[in-house]
Amino acid sequence: MLKRPQTCGVFVVVTIFAICVSLSITEASKSRRENQAAGLAAWDKVYSVLTSPRCINCHTATNYPQQGDDRHRHFANVIRGPEGKGVAALNCVSCHQERNADSTGVPGGHNWHLAPLSMQWQDLNDRPLSSSAVCRAVTDRSRNNNMDGAALLKHHTEEQLVLWAWNPGRRPDGSLRTLPPISHQEFVAATRTWVEAGTPCPKGR
Amino acid sequence: MATFHLNINGSEKTVDVDPSTPLLWVLREELKLTGTKYGCGISACGACTVHVAGIATRSCVVPVDLIGDRPIVTIEAIGKDPVGRAVQNAWIEKDVVQCGYCQSGQIMSAVALLKDTKKPTDKNIEESMGGNLCRCATYVRIREAIKRASQQLG
Repeated sequence: MLKRPQTCGVFVVVTIFAICVSLSITEASKSRRENQAAGLAAWDKVYSVLTSPRCINCHTATNYPQQGDDRHRHFANVIRGPEGKGVAALNCVSCHQERNADSTGVPGGHNWHLAPLSMQWQDLNDRPLSSSAVCRAVTDRSRNNNMDGAALLKHHTEEQLVLWAWNPGRRPDGSLRTLPPISHQEFVAATRTWVEAGTPCPKGR
Repeated sequence: MATFHLNINGSEKTVDVDPSTPLLWVLREELKLTGTKYGCGISACGACTVHVAGIATRSCVVPVDLIGDRPIVTIEAIGKDPVGRAVQNAWIEKDVVQCGYCQSGQIMSAVALLKDTKKPTDKNIEESMGGNLCRCATYVRIREAIKRASQQLG
């Protein structure tokens, strides 16, 4: 007679536990989905910056950099060179100094150079790669100088040539160069959200 | 205006100029080192090439306040350098020059190339000298002279 209520009690406890676990899994799953969606939305903002001329002009797939908002080929027969710094007698630093030269319209920043070919964000016809392709390149540690999420956030926050994009100086005609579509603060915030979501990448090619 | 102490061809020179003045005009107008030429003014032709800390540099687009304490060598002193001497000798031997306007820049770039690459290939020469224009089209002789200088230097 004493055993029945005990069995019943165990059943109730187990059932409640199962419901709780199920609810918890559902909540966790919902939270993960929301986190993923927030991460992907943040990535869209990051991508909008990476493919803006101030960034993508030096992330080419070809052996030359680009310049200008129309992303035309760099003038004066400038080429990539073995380390992305031009070649002897025609180095990037033959013109690009430690900071912008506004009186002559030549942009400058520390260690001016092209991104490596592993970080190309364009195809050979100078068309920007898709959001998913750029995302895969940026998150592939065999291609991105072994940067994890935290390192990517630091790179976007502190790297001198990244910061230059928001201080690009004046063109030879004296007008200001176009800035990326969002502020550096917004760019860093978006990168942080994306990294905290696990650097999700959009599906597709 | 500001005062700048520049190390040019091994000597310290002091100039009072606007900080935004391109190095080319400091050399030509303030220091009367007129071997360095004004060509395009936008770093597209290479006529204004000098060496800044050993790097071939387009002096027409580099403001003097970005030079700092880096030593500058111009065409007037490149002959004191063994590679520079060899290049100048090869230029004479191959009779490279026609009108001559671009040649100081050509020689400064050629010296920078040979200091980096002792035995340059045709491709090396085309890539490194590709930013130095010559309206007399002396390119074939420039290539021969660079190879001759390379031979002389061993």
